[in-house]
Amino acid sequence: MSLKLKALTKSIWVYHLCAGGSCNNCDIEILDLLTPRYDVERFGIMLVGSIKHADAILVTGSLTRKAVECVKRVYEQAAKPCVVIAIGACACGQGMFANGPNTPDPVDSVLPVDIYIPGCPPKPEAMILGIVKLIGKLRGKK
Amino acid sequence: MSTNKIIPIGPYHPLQEEPEFFRLHVDGETVVDIDIEIGYNHRMIEKIAESKSYDQVTFLVERICGICSTSHPFAYTNAIDDLLGVTPPERALYIRTIVGELERIHSHLLWLGLAGHFLGYNTVWMWAWRYREPVLDIFERITGNRNHYAMFKPGGVRRDFYEEDFPWIKKTLKSLIPKFDMFKGAVLDDPIIRARTEGIGILTRQDVHDYSVVGPTARASGVGIDVRKDDPYAAYDKVEWKVITHEGGGVFAKAVVRILELYESTNIILQCLDNMPKGDIDLNIKDMPAGEGIGRHEAPRGEVFHYIMSDGGNSPAWHKVRAPSFMNIASNKKAVIGGTISDATIILAAVDPCYCCTERTAVVDYKTGKKLMDGQDLVRLSQEKTEKLRSKLKS
Repeated sequence: MSLKLKALTKSIWVYHLCAGGSCNNCDIEILDLLTPRYDVERFGIMLVGSIKHADAILVTGSLTRKAVECVKRVYEQAAKPCVVIAIGACACGQGMFANGPNTPDPVDSVLPVDIYIPGCPPKPEAMILGIVKLIGKLRGKK
Repeated sequence: MSTNKIIPIGPYHPLQEEPEFFRLHVDGETVVDIDIEIGYNHRMIEKIAESKSYDQVTFLVERICGICSTSHPFAYTNAIDDLLGVTPPERALYIRTIVGELERIHSHLLWLGLAGHFLGYNTVWMWAWRYREPVLDIFERITGNRNHYAMFKPGGVRRDFYEEDFPWIKKTLKSLIPKFDMFKGAVLDDPIIRARTEGIGILTRQDVHDYSVVGPTARASGVGIDVRKDDPYAAYDKVEWKVITHEGGGVFAKAVVRILELYESTNIILQCLDNMPKGDIDLNIKDMPAGEGIGRHEAPRGEVFHYIMSDGGNSPAWHKVRAPSFMNIASNKKAVIGGTISDATIILAAVDPCYCCTERTAVVDYKTGKKLMDGQDLVRLSQEKTEKLRSKLKS
């Protein structure tokens, strides 16, 4: 396991990227993770305001035409290695907007998604479980 | 304008969850103009609705916005009931009212938390969201999901309430009232929050009329518009409550209105639980005749409006949505200008904007940046069509 990857599993700083076409619900549930009931900050998981500080990107939304270029540019600016977590039915497989005129491509056709957390919206517990599985995956466990 | 500096905010910025782009034109510290560019969230929901059946559209409109995810189905089902000319069973109306008001509590607490966060009061954020959790617990108990409740259907509701849940729901709601008192004290009596929010972002009564502002944003300027009172639907005319207004029109007044509405919503829910009649919850609508209907609902952010046109088929022939933020966001232009950059954040957030509700589309020539279709073009097209029909009728 490389040093970079090992460092990545310690305290993951996340950047929240709404890929457009989100209904805000996954976004609100992500913020909910930081508030007292779930409080993931005690594990060192912190929401950062700049993509350049991020270890992981939380993507939500079904990726609209207008947002595609912006999303690509945001990902290019991220320090690598950087894991991409797709949160919610829209980001995982476009959900209800699969045949929508303004949502032509799924998120994983633009970004290399590492894990998918389905649900509309996924419960905060599901997101925590997803992060735990991600850390296991990075450490090479099955 | 050319000597002014421009501060771009967005489209991806930590201020709000959704992508949107603000261009602040500043002269020194003062904001002199603002451009708001939205459209990143445009999903063409109205178009997709034309390919779904009436029952499926309820779930689709729920996903217009996750925070007001009952408001859109509420207005939509009101529109369908209007189209059919039916009134759902009494019990269904009470259930709809309870779900709508619970949503108002959770949405206002959410706004209060975010406003505290923008002001640098992270404690307010944490506390507001902590006491929002019991509301989500009630939702999970009665609807099965924390958000996106899927409670509504044309002509009624999808699930019934269990009588044995009522004592627990009442207990949980009553336990929230001391917390609301705490927020009221924290916001109204804190000298720093007062200094930061009082007298900024002011919308006068005239501005409210000029920009057709709705909801708490209008009520904070002393304009008491509320669909629940003006055009009662569901069970709102069967319970005692009052419309909260406040004078001033600044960010502070908007916070006061929202906090006081928390009490009113709790009051409405408790009355509904006490008076809920027994009986059916659904009309089991099978046929959809041709026609049109409108539905309105007072969402946490203001009036949401749905229009449905049916040609007698399985899916709407035309579906039109107007969300409250559509009017409220435009009033930012009035509220932000003249303030300082440091106040811009809280003023932009004070109308509780929801961009995913609001997205519209415009056809723009990519090279010249000119709009291919503006209002006049549409009027011209409409007049041409009338002319065509007229000549056809004559011949």
